[in-house]
Amino acid sequence: MQAPAHTRALIEIDKLNLYYGTFHALKNVSMEIPEKAITAFIGPSGCGKSTLLRTLNRMNDMIAGTRIEGKIAIGGADIYSKEVDVETLRKKVGMVFQQPNPFPKSIYDNVAYGPRLHGISGRKQLDEIVETSLRSAALWEEVKDYLKRSALSLSGGQQQRLCIARALAVEPDVLLMDEATSALDPISTLKIEELAQELKDRYTIVMVTHNMHQAARVSNQTVFFLNGEVVEYAETEKLFSTPRDQRTEDYISGRFG
Amino acid sequence: MEQSAVKGQKTNSKSAFMKPHIREEWVGRVYTFVCILVLIATILAIVYFVASKGLSTFITNGVNIGDLLTGLKWDPEGEPAVFGALPFIFGSFSTSLLAALIAAPLGCCAAIFMTQIMPGAGRRFMQPVIELLAGIPSVVYGFVGLSVIVPMLRAIFPGQGIGILAGSLVLAVMILPTITSIATDALAALPGGLKEGSFALGATRWQTIYRIVLPTTLPALLTGVVLGMARAFGEALAVQMVIGNAPHIPRSLFESASTLTSAITLSMGNTISGTAHNNALWSLALILLTMTFIFVFIVRVLERRNHR
Ligand SMILES: Nc1ncnc2c1ncn2[C@@H]1O[C@H](COP(=O)(O)OP(=O)(O)OP(=O)(O)O)[C@@H](O)[C@H]1O
Ligand SMILES: [Mg+2]
Repeated sequence: MQAPAHTRALIEIDKLNLYYGTFHALKNVSMEIPEKAITAFIGPSGCGKSTLLRTLNRMNDMIAGTRIEGKIAIGGADIYSKEVDVETLRKKVGMVFQQPNPFPKSIYDNVAYGPRLHGISGRKQLDEIVETSLRSAALWEEVKDYLKRSALSLSGGQQQRLCIARALAVEPDVLLMDEATSALDPISTLKIEELAQELKDRYTIVMVTHNMHQAARVSNQTVFFLNGEVVEYAETEKLFSTPRDQRTEDYISGRFG
Repeated sequence: MEQSAVKGQKTNSKSAFMKPHIREEWVGRVYTFVCILVLIATILAIVYFVASKGLSTFITNGVNIGDLLTGLKWDPEGEPAVFGALPFIFGSFSTSLLAALIAAPLGCCAAIFMTQIMPGAGRRFMQPVIELLAGIPSVVYGFVGLSVIVPMLRAIFPGQGIGILAGSLVLAVMILPTITSIATDALAALPGGLKEGSFALGATRWQTIYRIVLPTTLPALLTGVVLGMARAFGEALAVQMVIGNAPHIPRSLFESASTLTSAITLSMGNTISGTAHNNALWSLALILLTMTFIFVFIVRVLERRNHR
């Protein structure tokens, strides 16, 4: 399943421009993100990877002075159109952050937080969601006996998997991961990479990473950014073996100045 | 001093690794040490003074502690003199509790508005106004209470307008800035990642405030409320101006009452040092001091809970 060509594009970004005040952060970005696959955003710091990721669940709405032009469609629906309910969108497009950010509540309440927001309150139903989500995030075996314990007592890697479980608990279609492993040790990183591999059969994953090896290891499609522009995007294998653009080649071979 | 500096220089030339600037080190250390000693000595002296005077009511004047704490009648100049301080204790507690009950929701809501709803304008315009409120002398609050709140209460409710409710309202306005600014700091210090995490799960702003922001900052908010209560408990002048100062437990919120502080400030000048009446006032001061320590202790416990 390495070729994004045979899978349907779930997210279509068309001539997207984003301004933070007068700063032009994303310039004419167009791309398609395939369904049930992993797409990686790579590029030097400050090139706009997080910004683009955050346009997909409209987290940029909360930053005063942001302006957007162009179109983003998920499953064919324009997510910036007036009728869109941002909360419903965010339920469908989950996000995992760079720093693990569990709520200062129990492990159970962290996972149940999302479902409760959206009106699920039955004890049995919640128990079931918590267990399935923790299993999906490969954390169940480690915490099943301590569900009432504070989430803050978990290790950094466990906390990050808890955040993934928390995101999965509201049954999203898309999972956005913004450098989700950069604050973790190599073993936790590996666990999350394996997890992403498993999850891609059921979810569309978009991850930002600074680690090119990670992009090469786990993603199906890679997008290379520079100064707010998409320089090149292709199947991961192709991009790393035969980059079309000189700047991509310089970056992936570490010759970036 | 001089000598140690000279010695310092000598040893300095002997070894390259001796500490330089020995003189500054010593000046700084001695100065801060003296300051802290003065501070500790002052606090201990106050505690000792209040305690010895306050306890002499029981030791030399033979008043029973239980009678003082639970007695309903305060007749210090009577024959025989009766010292029942419960009306004052009741007045202090009820006014400061009621003031905290009124001011806490207002202060917390103002803090939510300033940090969560309109962080830009809120912090730029409202915060200075609230700091200004904190700087107004208490006599001004009392005066406003006397000329605005009391007539208003008199017009609406039965009675003369003076009493527990008037005192509580004046105190509530006085402690509002304390509660608001502590709550604002607590809410502003909340890690941004928690709110983002909640929004990313599809929570609305108010869901995030109710389910994440408030529960997480609750200990710090309570700290603000307790500090406000402590301030209300110790305030004398403003309350004295509107509460009526009758030494009885009132049967309604609109009946003249009295507090520990107002009883002390009103009578202290009229009593002779060493008399039973004077000593009894010191006993009231001792109760106040003890309560202050209890408030500080509660705040400490809350803060420790806050830092987990
Ligand atoms: N809230 C903001 N207001 C103004 N400018 C911003 C804001 N957030 C980001 N920027 C700018 O937009 C550009 C892109 O930022 P972004 O965070 O998307 O970069 P990034 O590729 O994710 O970088 P990194 O790899 O360091 O996380 C940067 O130049 C940054 O300074
Ligand atoms: Mg980033």
